[in-house]
Amino acid sequence: MADKPEIASLSTDAAHPARGDTIEEVTGTGTRPAIIADATSGHGYVPVQTRNARFSSTDVTAFPPVTGREATWKLTPIADLADLIDGELDGTRYEIAATTSGGAEITWVGRDDERIGTAGIPEDKAAANAWSSFREALLVRLTGEEPTGATIVRSGLGGIARGAHTIIDASRFSKGVVVLDNRGDAHLAENVEILVGDGADLTVVSLQDWADGAKHVANHFAQVGRDAHLKHVVVSFGGSVVRVNPSVTLAGSGADGDLLGVYFADAAQHLESQVFLFHKGDHTKGRVEYRGALQGEGAHTVWIGDVLIGPDATGTDSYEQNRNLVLSEGTRADSVPNLEIETGDIAGAGHASATGRFDDEQLFYLQARGIPEEIARRLVVRGFLSSIVQKIGVPELEVRLHEAIEAELEGSAS
Amino acid sequence: MSTLAISDLHVSIETDQGTKPILRGVDLAISSGETHAVMGPNGSGKSTLAYTIAGHPRYKVDSGSIRLDGQDVLAMTVDERARAGLFLAMQYPVEIPGVTVSNFLRTAKTAIDGTAPAIRGWVKDVRQSMEALRMDSTFAERNVNEGFSGGEKKRHEILQLELLKPRFAVLDETDSGLDVDALKIVSEGVNRAKESSDLGVLLITHYTRILRYIKPDFVHVFVAGRVAEEGGPELADRLEDEGYDRYVAAAAASA
Repeated sequence: MADKPEIASLSTDAAHPARGDTIEEVTGTGTRPAIIADATSGHGYVPVQTRNARFSSTDVTAFPPVTGREATWKLTPIADLADLIDGELDGTRYEIAATTSGGAEITWVGRDDERIGTAGIPEDKAAANAWSSFREALLVRLTGEEPTGATIVRSGLGGIARGAHTIIDASRFSKGVVVLDNRGDAHLAENVEILVGDGADLTVVSLQDWADGAKHVANHFAQVGRDAHLKHVVVSFGGSVVRVNPSVTLAGSGADGDLLGVYFADAAQHLESQVFLFHKGDHTKGRVEYRGALQGEGAHTVWIGDVLIGPDATGTDSYEQNRNLVLSEGTRADSVPNLEIETGDIAGAGHASATGRFDDEQLFYLQARGIPEEIARRLVVRGFLSSIVQKIGVPELEVRLHEAIEAELEGSAS
Repeated sequence: MSTLAISDLHVSIETDQGTKPILRGVDLAISSGETHAVMGPNGSGKSTLAYTIAGHPRYKVDSGSIRLDGQDVLAMTVDERARAGLFLAMQYPVEIPGVTVSNFLRTAKTAIDGTAPAIRGWVKDVRQSMEALRMDSTFAERNVNEGFSGGEKKRHEILQLELLKPRFAVLDETDSGLDVDALKIVSEGVNRAKESSDLGVLLITHYTRILRYIKPDFVHVFVAGRVAEEGGPELADRLEDEGYDRYVAAAAASA
């Protein structure tokens, strides 16, 4: 255990709009043991608590009422989410439109399915509320060694408060892509369990392309097996309050996790991701990269990236970073990278966070080639976000996301 | 026939220590088809001249003028200067993450010409120029300057020069960091651009090496922010033998 908490919090506050270019940049790398228990608490030293030692329960009543002072809720507009956090949720089946390829199967299973609870247990009250409420879980099963795929479109959830549960089960040596394509109105609290069997290669994309008023609180729990690879992508563009928190455990020896995120917050939109990557097994490799753009009064994004390298995770290679591009006054980007290391024998670990305006040198370069400033700015924003999209590796989805980014840019230009 | 005329140009930059004058009265005129080499020691203001012509906001023009066929270049924005026919090949080209070379080139060509290039001809032009610069075809799908080696960045600058067809090109230490093979390839690209159009070139360099491949019509020795001596190609040979010491000592004595 370490003795030196290291807290990094970067934001452009609505009350103190950033005037500079790059507001602050924190980078760190090294093998020095370091522990940051609760970086969202800004009041000096905080009790040392390892990130995986938080209270967890599937029972909503086991959590005290949410006050907004909790580490996990501190930066979230909880008043907007009151019914999702502890109100009554409809946990019945809902309408989906699904397409599958290569033998992927989609079914509904009961609460007694043995997979439920094996990827993770809720650590906040909204997740526990969803868990307590769901009647049936949606199961996506990928088997065999040939490429498989499943796209689940949820567009008819409507304004009723719902609790949902999804299991994505990729068996040993399977290879597939699962897209959760979320559109329309929604008032949804949900948990998604992701099981990546030994040697499997799974990509999961959660696309929040919700209608304007939608509210969505999701926790994704993933367990990644020996020599398996999970690429987990969170794309948040639409909705009024959207919070998608992935917790990924690289459990098996040699497990590999790419955790990607891209978001674009418009006026009054709150987009949040609290990312937890736990290197449990030895020789695991983790890369976390989230990028976002903010534009318009009251646009707020939150990224908290926790990386824990456990005592058995020797030979680990880990890096996490978050970058935000601020396009107007009146926005706020919270970006908090945390790194805990419990073994001295790692290959590398680092984190970086930067929130800033346009890079003037990029604008100059483009303008020096005749490109007018407005087009150059768009090109830079598009490129900034596209560098994540390019890593998704699903061509048809990339086309759709480029179009969505284009639409966001059109919207912000008007 | 065009002329780029720089007269009595004074330029300063803001530093933590206050305003620092860099250019102290530069006079230079380039006509179409001519190649002018600007040579000088480190810190003499060569790059400042290049960036001031292109309009980089860091450089403040205190007095003097830059005119392109009589038009006031200093009154133009950076992109207007490029559209007027000025091109700067940068010493340190900037990475643009997420923007592919092909997208960038097409966007720039469209901006310069005012209309999008016809697809078929454009694709062919790009391919031919890339082949001539020994650039692999996968280059087009890479992000602008991202992960490029030093030599790749310079070839990419010259690729733009060939495709955008400016009237005047400022090459800012394009030779720096290149091995001799890459230097030849880049020089051939500049010479092709000169042959295919009536390009005027302002070649800024620290070394005489590149002048073996790109023949200058005029050589200007730049010291302490102004032109210390001018001459023909023979001046470069003299610099090769004698270096800049003579000029630097003279500038220090007169300062």
